[in-house]
Amino acid sequence: MSRGTVSIDVERCKDCDLCVQACPPKVLEMSAEVNEMGYRFPVLHDGCTGCTACQLVCPDYVFQVYRFDVAPDEPHPPGQAAAPDG
Amino acid sequence: MTEAAPRLVARDRPDLILGDHGLCPGCGEPLALRILLEVLEELDIVRRSVGVVGHGCYGSFVQIMDVEVLQCLHGRAPSCATGIKRVRPGTVVFTMQGDGDMVNEGLQEVLHTAARGENVTCVLLNNGVFGDTGGHQTATTVVGQRTKTSLDGRDPETHGYPIPLAELVASLAGVCYVARGAVSSAGGVARTKRMLRSAFEHQLAGDGFGLVEILTMCPTGWFVPAGSGPQYLTSSLEAAYPLGELPLRGQP
Repeated sequence: MSRGTVSIDVERCKDCDLCVQACPPKVLEMSAEVNEMGYRFPVLHDGCTGCTACQLVCPDYVFQVYRFDVAPDEPHPPGQAAAPDG
Repeated sequence: MTEAAPRLVARDRPDLILGDHGLCPGCGEPLALRILLEVLEELDIVRRSVGVVGHGCYGSFVQIMDVEVLQCLHGRAPSCATGIKRVRPGTVVFTMQGDGDMVNEGLQEVLHTAARGENVTCVLLNNGVFGDTGGHQTATTVVGQRTKTSLDGRDPETHGYPIPLAELVASLAGVCYVARGAVSSAGGVARTKRMLRSAFEHQLAGDGFGLVEILTMCPTGWFVPAGSGPQYLTSSLEAAYPLGELPLRGQP
């Protein structure tokens, strides 16, 4: 169950890997595919707590962090962030 | 059951950052820019703020930061900030300078500005290399650090010793706040933001000169992978430059 989620602007990412290392629940992973610039980007797995660590360390302003006040029934599919407007 | 709408708890960047920067993957300077502008927003002093930016990689931020900006000659930012603050005492003036700008080119400017007790806030982005011009050694390159001009590591016999600027400034009278943070971890970014906030609050109270030194990652200049920047920062720069608020002269 995820208490939070993030939106990931993959086109802005430069594959520095800082978010993956900073993530306390270790739910971020670098993708196999690449964005327009040719960089890999992070994808989110289940278990995000909405702690904002990824947003704090991201030099390219890729993350927006959301928290669920009421936990959703269904966890999000792996690698896919929730739409910002729910 | 309907899913509760997620609540936004952290935005990607403040409105004051207008676009993307072109700096290398893993660079720490955009983090420093973000927390600096967030502090201006939180203190509600954006309309009164004037930034004085030196020359370095962060010089490209003048194109994307929505704050009044003066980009001045290499190293002369504290003197320009002095002029702005004296002519317009109601403004909140800060400088953003790298280690090459503040400690190499403009060491006398920042020391004299601090000794005069000018009511401005200087922000030093310290990564130990002249990143913009190719990664040469600067005056803050720590002993043993490899740069383009010290490929075997900085050797005190040949290159001398680094200058710890924050300690130097803290030893002067007229200085009200000196702190050193690092943006190598989430907690470090949050602590550095609190330091910047304290520095601006001291300026708003008219206490005198404030300096916040921020250790930033430069994986390109350090010859390490982008993801290893924080580990390198912790093992080299942070070992030579201890973090935290520095004791000031005449204060316990």
